[in-house]
Amino acid sequence: MDWLRAWMMPPQGSEFAKEIDFVYMALFWLSVVLFLMIAVPSCYFAWRYRYKPGRQTPHQTHNTTLEVAWSVGPLILCIAIFFWGLNGWMKYAVAPGESMEISVTAKQWLWQFEYPDGSRTINDIHVPVNKPVKFTMTSEDVLHDFFVPDMRVKHDIIPGRYTQIWFTPTVLGKHNFTCAEYCGKDHSGMRGDLTVDNDADFAKFLETGGTEWEEYFSGKDPQKTPALWGKMTYERVGCNSCHTVDGSKSKGPSWKGVFGKTEQLNNGMTVLVDEAYVRESMMNPQAKVVKGYDPIMPTFQGLLKKNQQDGLVAYIESLK
Amino acid sequence: MSTTTTDVHAHGGHDEHGEHNPYHQHHFATMEQQFDTSKIGMWLFLATEILLFGGLFVGFGLMQHKYPREFIEAHEHLKQMVFGSPFPLYGAINTVVLLVSSWTMVMGVNAAQTNQQKKTVRFLVMTILLACVFLAIKYVEYEHKFHDGLLPAKYYAHQSEDLIKGTHGYATFFAFYFMMTGLHGIHVLVGIGLLGWLVMRARRGAFSSAYYTPVDLVGLYWHIVDMIWIYLFPLYYLIS
Amino acid sequence: MEPAVTSGARIGDRPRPKKNYLNDGKTFKSWALTVDHKRIGIMYLVGTMIAFLLGGIFALLVRLTLLTPQHTMFGMQITAETYNRFFTLHGAIMVFLFIIPSIPGSLTNFVLPLMLGAKDVAFPRLNLASFYLWIVGAVMAVASMIIGAVDTGWTFYTPYSSSGTSSTVTLMTAAVFVLGFSSIFTGLNFVATVHKLRAPGMGWFDMPLFVWGMYSTAVIQVLATPVLGITLVLLMMERVFQIGIFDSRIGGDPVLFQHFFWFYSHPAVYIMILPGLAIISEIIPTFSRKTIFGYRAIAYSSVSLALLSFIVWGHHMFVAGQSQLATVIFSALTFLVAIPSGVKVFNWLTTMYKGNISLEAPMLYAISFLMLFAIGGLTGIFLGTLSTDIHLTDTYFVVAHFHYVMMGSTVTAFIGGLHYWWPKMTGRMYSEKWARIASVLWFIGFNATFLPQFILGSRGMPRRYYNYLDQFQPLHAFSTVGSWIIGLSLFMTAAVLLASLRKPMDAADNPWNGTTLEWKAASPPITHNFEDTPVLENEPYDYRPKAVTH
Repeated sequence: MDWLRAWMMPPQGSEFAKEIDFVYMALFWLSVVLFLMIAVPSCYFAWRYRYKPGRQTPHQTHNTTLEVAWSVGPLILCIAIFFWGLNGWMKYAVAPGESMEISVTAKQWLWQFEYPDGSRTINDIHVPVNKPVKFTMTSEDVLHDFFVPDMRVKHDIIPGRYTQIWFTPTVLGKHNFTCAEYCGKDHSGMRGDLTVDNDADFAKFLETGGTEWEEYFSGKDPQKTPALWGKMTYERVGCNSCHTVDGSKSKGPSWKGVFGKTEQLNNGMTVLVDEAYVRESMMNPQAKVVKGYDPIMPTFQGLLKKNQQDGLVAYIESLK
Repeated sequence: MSTTTTDVHAHGGHDEHGEHNPYHQHHFATMEQQFDTSKIGMWLFLATEILLFGGLFVGFGLMQHKYPREFIEAHEHLKQMVFGSPFPLYGAINTVVLLVSSWTMVMGVNAAQTNQQKKTVRFLVMTILLACVFLAIKYVEYEHKFHDGLLPAKYYAHQSEDLIKGTHGYATFFAFYFMMTGLHGIHVLVGIGLLGWLVMRARRGAFSSAYYTPVDLVGLYWHIVDMIWIYLFPLYYLIS
Repeated sequence: MEPAVTSGARIGDRPRPKKNYLNDGKTFKSWALTVDHKRIGIMYLVGTMIAFLLGGIFALLVRLTLLTPQHTMFGMQITAETYNRFFTLHGAIMVFLFIIPSIPGSLTNFVLPLMLGAKDVAFPRLNLASFYLWIVGAVMAVASMIIGAVDTGWTFYTPYSSSGTSSTVTLMTAAVFVLGFSSIFTGLNFVATVHKLRAPGMGWFDMPLFVWGMYSTAVIQVLATPVLGITLVLLMMERVFQIGIFDSRIGGDPVLFQHFFWFYSHPAVYIMILPGLAIISEIIPTFSRKTIFGYRAIAYSSVSLALLSFIVWGHHMFVAGQSQLATVIFSALTFLVAIPSGVKVFNWLTTMYKGNISLEAPMLYAISFLMLFAIGGLTGIFLGTLSTDIHLTDTYFVVAHFHYVMMGSTVTAFIGGLHYWWPKMTGRMYSEKWARIASVLWFIGFNATFLPQFILGSRGMPRRYYNYLDQFQPLHAFSTVGSWIIGLSLFMTAAVLLASLRKPMDAADNPWNGTTLEWKAASPPITHNFEDTPVLENEPYDYRPKAVTH
């Protein structure tokens, strides 16, 4: 009967999905049996005891044994089903300690995801197969809900709070997720793809820092440029705590108008601020420090993905 | 019209003098049944009032749990300086006023039950006056709050003098303060209207031992209004 | 099948009274200022039927939009904003303007005093006030639709409803507040009536089961609705004045709103189903010509459903962010609530066993009810079970479940009851043949519309979506065609009932040989219901030979 389950339920993306489907199908067949126990007698009695004028009906007012039986029996059944449901739910309710944590920020009407290493994506995520992953979620505006049908998990996302779900995907490939709490105009457009990768592909995904940056380098959207991506990076990874972009002095040199200038270094030499110098300063900031500034900039080796470095170069260049 | 002995119009609608009571509604068999039913109706209505206010009490309790420090500080604004110490003077006076008005109401019901028309009118009028005193004191209280910028919700304007900055707790406190005392005040106002109507009818001799239902029912209403204040008073005025 | 009813038969040789409640005063004022429960019932019937039509039109629009994943209807582009209003208004109208007020306001108002042997309800003027409050609420709701229409879903969740949308939330919630008081006053009236206006000799366990069901409903109306009232006031205050209780942007808690809201709205769904169950308890023994099996169990089950309904509201919030302990407790309590419903169904089936059953339209609706209520109730188990609920909540599975109980059960019972008491209310019999055809179409159409929705839900289609993945299209198309069959069936039913009004008044006082007191009144009854106060001659549903009513 697996074809029936496969028709009624989405593909099984995890072991948990298999367990839920088992409970679902058990309840389904139980319901079919109970439904027939009601439908068949009602139709059968309507035919078997159809009206004959003058026929007298028996005066049956109650039958204590029968009434107790059909109260206690269903009660026991209900208690059993409750515990069975509780058992499955307890597994869902607590994430394993070794779960990889992805933070989710939902907003009208898109999904923002951030990985432990800082990689970010919008509307699509990659997760490694056979490893538990935990989503810590909040909303920037109204209620949303993260629903992954293939994994049989769902939880509301509440502004001002953090909520969680987790699962261990076992099936490679694309699974979809959607928002399942009405959130206004484009609620039905708020969906995305969850791709389950093997370890090699997942590592490659992380290396490039997610997929959010791709839109800024594809040239498809004139509003999304590498320089804008650089500006976003400037704010997100903390460059703005030491470098301004309006010319004012801070702990580090301002970036305004700096590209193409020749700067004095604190060792007496000069340097042309070109792409090579910018890149070197990100990775080895102590090598050439501008005169008048302390050598306090930390290295971003390993902390900036290539797309972020490219974006920052484009951004600095754009600040005339 | 049927003339059999089971005709409800022929018996039961009469008071002990054998005359037809003009207030007898014909779907009731007897005046007693009518009176009992009216009381059930009023009690059910009062149950809904308690549930309505109950929701606000629950909401207030949850907000108090969320903003404990702001709420404790905000409670102080409901007190006045009496002989150098903060004391909920207006709140306490209002409590006494309402309690006395419940007594005058009971006396009014009793007077109606015992055919004392003049006394009925007198006690009902006293109840109205006490209710007006209550509302006047509330007006003074509200006026002080407005003057100090202690306004509800988005109109709250007292932030500069509050101890805790950047919080919505004070605004929420006063939102609940005005909602609950305001809703209560509206019920007092409605009560004054009902009492005024009773005074008019009492002066025309409508009430007697054979028919005092409206006085009794308004009395029940008035006691619930008083009782709700008895819960509001400690909740708002006595916490420190 | 030989018909069990002979229309035109007169019971005994009592002549039809010349003046009945319909022609006793024919001016507009005599209707507008009436305190006769029967006239008020007719006015409620007309009003709630118009509301049903309006809500039904929105339903057809929703289903039409979902026919294909593209959003054109008759060549026009339907925007997401428009669709969001379609489903919100469908829900709000159906819940607040139709389902909650309809059976209590129309059928119960008409029949309850007659069943008790009373001349009217306890507070006839309050009854009229209830009706006018319904009118005011309805006008406010329609005004809000015209001005800007709400798009929050009928559940008004914050913060979208308090600060996320500019639609006419405040006016619609004010309308619902007014409608809530209409409901409270109706419930209050019925509680007092059942306590004090029973005929002499009628103890609590001599009352028809319809009265038990309506009494239980009335208790919920009185106790639960005020909480909705204050919740809506707080929502309006939050929206207009930003008090800071429900809106997270100012420190409030959206989950708190859900607790407040469902504390009323779960008992509310029992306000919707209990009257339906009450009607079925009348129809089945009458058309089986057999005493009801398990009278006390059915009576107690009505009361216990009313009480249990107050402690299960959290089952709407298993994934909403309430505490885990609360989630577990609410699931356990929800399973308890299944038992009284099951008891009723088993008792009704046993009543039919060895009965003498005729299948006029009311009975066809009652048998449909048994099957549709079974599906509705059983699918509730999937949702009460914690592990499956995670997957199924907020999907079309829930939509299908609640339509099976609210529409497949309550509305089915309502239509059945309407046919059952039609001769009493109007003095005419409807065309049995066409009514039966309509009832079969109703059963087919309803299942065609909503059975596929269980599959859509379990396959992962979320609620309130107007886009969907292509894989869902065949089931959606099937469901939409089903909705047209429902429309056809309802249109036929309306035509059947209205056509009967053109016939002369020739229905018998007791065309179905019922045993409850309303059948002792004339069809239609005189204004004061009974010439003499009825005397209780037999226990209810007593079909033993000497107890057959004349």
